[in-house]
Amino acid sequence: MAGPLSDLLPPAAVRIGAAAGDWREAVRIAGDALVASGATRDGYTDEMIRTVESLGPYIVIAPGVALAHARPSPAVLRAGISLVTLATPVPFGHRQNDPVRLVIGLAAPDDEGHVNALATLAEFLSDDDRRDALLRAADPGTVRSLIAAYEEAHDPATS
Amino acid sequence: MKILAVCGMGLGSGLLLRMQAEKALKQLGIQADLEVADIGTARAAAATADLIITSAELAQQLGDVKPRIVTITNFVSLPEMVSKLEAALRDH
Repeated sequence: MAGPLSDLLPPAAVRIGAAAGDWREAVRIAGDALVASGATRDGYTDEMIRTVESLGPYIVIAPGVALAHARPSPAVLRAGISLVTLATPVPFGHRQNDPVRLVIGLAAPDDEGHVNALATLAEFLSDDDRRDALLRAADPGTVRSLIAAYEEAHDPATS
Repeated sequence: MKILAVCGMGLGSGLLLRMQAEKALKQLGIQADLEVADIGTARAAAATADLIITSAELAQQLGDVKPRIVTITNFVSLPEMVSKLEAALRDH
């Protein structure tokens, strides 16, 4: 067990330098990555897009970072996270945090299974240098190494 | 003192808001009850809250509510949460 975030982010869930023409495509890529990792079925991707259509772009939770997700549903098979860096930044319509360069997909079957992973991700992204290193990563292996190294250095059990 | 964090659906941005608010309150040495509601049930929950924390996008959808609303731009920035909560609670 590497850490709560690494455990929910397998290699299949990471896409680097993806091409997305608009926010729907960007969210779809994050959704496809969740499907590829076995966390969700295709329907969940549509649910994530509908969430933004009905509630607006509030999912852009930090400058350049979108957290795509939807309510727990039968389309969620297990807790999972996907991570997509975009080749070109994409506007989501958020007045302050546009354009988006990093899309995180989040699938939660309930209110709890993903809490530690999400907390770790928030801590990881709270540092601009760490966030930028993630955005510069040239391949999924580098992304996962950055996260694994962070989780090891910040293991509550040893720190 | 009851603080209501309003999010889209309860498990993504809402969790982040609550985690950050908990850390910020601890740093400020302030005791408060923290509740999370999604935008659909937020107006009802706002009736008993002293303060609301949410994003600017969702604040617009809340409409007229009694408690003061604090809008957060960066959900992963603890300094922003701390300074905005401090300012809001100082004026309370």
